[in-house]
Amino acid sequence: METDKSKLGSFLFNRSVQGVFYQLITLGLVALGIYYIVTNTARNMLERGLASGFHFLGVESQFDIGMTLIEYSPTSTYFDSFIVGLLNTLLVAGIGILFATIIGFTVGIMRLSSNWLIAKIAEAYVEILRNIPLLLQIFFWYFAVLRALPKPKQSLELYDSFFLNNRGLFIPDTVFGEGSSIIFYLLWLTIIISIGIFIWAKRRQNRTGERFPALYVSTALILGTFFISLAATGFPVSFEYPELKGFNFKGGVKLIPELVALTFALAMYTASFIAEVVRGGIMAVSKGQTEAAKSVGLKQNLILRLIIIPQALRVIVPPLTNQYLNLTKNSSLAAAIAYPDLVLVFAGTALMQTGQAIEIIGMVMGVYLFLSLFTSLIMNLFNRFMKVDGER
Amino acid sequence: MSAANKEIRPPVIELGVMGWLRKNLFSNWYNSLLTIFGLYLLYILIPPLVNWIFLDANFVGSTRDDCTNEGACWIFIQQNIKLIFYGLYPTEELWRINFVYLILLISGVYLLIPNLKHKGWVGAFLLVIFPIICVVMLSGGLGLEAVETRLWGGLFLTLVIAGVGIVLSLPIGVMLALGRRSKLPVVSLLCTIFIEIWRGVPLITVLFMASNMFPLFMPEGVNFDKLIRALIGVMFFSAAYLAEVVRGGLQAMPKGQYEASQAVGLTYWRMMALVILPQSLKMVIPAIIGSFIAIFKDTTLVLVIGLFDFLGIIQFVGTNPDWLGFSHEGYVFAAAVFWVFCYAMSWYSQRLEKKLDTGR
Repeated sequence: METDKSKLGSFLFNRSVQGVFYQLITLGLVALGIYYIVTNTARNMLERGLASGFHFLGVESQFDIGMTLIEYSPTSTYFDSFIVGLLNTLLVAGIGILFATIIGFTVGIMRLSSNWLIAKIAEAYVEILRNIPLLLQIFFWYFAVLRALPKPKQSLELYDSFFLNNRGLFIPDTVFGEGSSIIFYLLWLTIIISIGIFIWAKRRQNRTGERFPALYVSTALILGTFFISLAATGFPVSFEYPELKGFNFKGGVKLIPELVALTFALAMYTASFIAEVVRGGIMAVSKGQTEAAKSVGLKQNLILRLIIIPQALRVIVPPLTNQYLNLTKNSSLAAAIAYPDLVLVFAGTALMQTGQAIEIIGMVMGVYLFLSLFTSLIMNLFNRFMKVDGER
Repeated sequence: MSAANKEIRPPVIELGVMGWLRKNLFSNWYNSLLTIFGLYLLYILIPPLVNWIFLDANFVGSTRDDCTNEGACWIFIQQNIKLIFYGLYPTEELWRINFVYLILLISGVYLLIPNLKHKGWVGAFLLVIFPIICVVMLSGGLGLEAVETRLWGGLFLTLVIAGVGIVLSLPIGVMLALGRRSKLPVVSLLCTIFIEIWRGVPLITVLFMASNMFPLFMPEGVNFDKLIRALIGVMFFSAAYLAEVVRGGLQAMPKGQYEASQAVGLTYWRMMALVILPQSLKMVIPAIIGSFIAIFKDTTLVLVIGLFDFLGIIQFVGTNPDWLGFSHEGYVFAAAVFWVFCYAMSWYSQRLEKKLDTGR
């Protein structure tokens, strides 16, 4: 009897048995919660006469979208509207990331300037912009700045080719003529060759210690091939400039004010965070590195290129991609100023018309989740590539 | 006096104002150029801004016709101040909100003054009794007239959402972080999935989900208030971000701390509560306050699902036909208020970081 009891006791107080027990309880509770939600949802949807499933994607959408990158009309399907919204989101994220990077690196380096005034101006930029909600900044640029711009006749203009007015920003369009596709193929080919040169140069340097000027060679290769092929095909690329006709501009590319305001606000706001990332990265390279490089006789520009930047980049890039991801997610604020992004078009208009809340919000969340996971995948690859050999 | 006794002073040019200017602004030709560029930038930005906000602005009056000067029309803010701060909350009940602010202010100041006794009790009061007082005072009950949440708005609503989000998300975030670090594979997997899903999607889709999908999840007849649905969304969203911050702190804890607490026979929960969490939370306080600032700024998004927070009410007031065309004033005012709140939090976090830096 006594031994039975202690056996039971040692069984009950065994760590791994307890572990299995707790996990079973957790799993059971989660399963119960999911079951509860699913049954409720099924009954609620039945009551509202909603059929679950993705059949609605093939149905005609019957609404128009203000800005589309692909062919789209009210007779297109809901799936087409999904694609249009997705492309618009990617467009605003892409342009935003480009400008945020440029402004962010500039401001971050300015903060480290030995010039007191420049450093203070950069600090003020960061402290002001990152402490004001992004949505407020978007509203400011859209309602207070762009909507208050003059009419097309009194546009603000630059070199007679860029026009800014209350209808949007008009920029020249590039027109590709006969034979320009060859140039593109050659461009891609040279880019691929350049990547090959970089990999080969790194391997050779690891093996023999000899450097190869990969950057100069590949830049010369890409630009050289580009201009030679341009000349050889007789310059098939031309520009179409926007022109004032009647009350509005014709020709060129029109960027709607919503896009301009959103990109502007996203770039300025994210740049204030990127500036801090850049500053932190450069400061993380210890002073001893610079001093050691100086003492072995490296010149100032080589110290920067070979010692500081490579080490700073390894600190900068992971939080930098995080900021890019934040910018992409923040681009969903487009819904508040009616820029037709994924959230506004699909989770807004399409959801209102079909009532398929679960499917639509699931798809939209899925897109953002995919972007997040994809970015962290790229990040991991980058970290592996940047790792110094022999490092943990 | 021999030359050796004479104190050697640095050249005059490196001392005083001139020396500072030389060293920091005009050390070489391109620094001088940059300085001139910076001064020009300030010259084109600052004077017009100061003129618009202060010198040429209108401060006295009651209608838009009183705004005769060139600059900002602050009368617009003055006339709508009640809406901007309290939303549509009934005027005769406003003392209830102010009373809550007063309690918060007194206990907050008490906690911030160093070397006072019974801080623990004040803190416990804030965490346990104060929320009950808030619910009763703000939404009604116990003889107080009920005020529907659709009448809540303005800065008051922003503070409610941010406050509830901050207070509730921290414990949930800590639990999620512990779960993700757990040795039990099922618990760790579930917590990881939960955290990554919330972190991977934008807050706006979470709010859309809270307002559109949440009603479908509930059994018949159960209908949550729109504000509560938004609060749940904000709470889970920020809990996921806080969980990652806390996890950083847990990972930075030396392994010896875990082993030592196990060696003296502490159970898991006692080890976490008495040894690990106090140290690791202290380590990540700046990052936690950073998350709080993010939550505070993110509360502005609730206007997308039709709640009139501080920014929402300023947008709304600007559409009043009597006050059209004053959006600049509204946005500048809102930006200033948000900036003061966020900057104060980040300033406090920097101070705390210095104070808690016990040296390593």
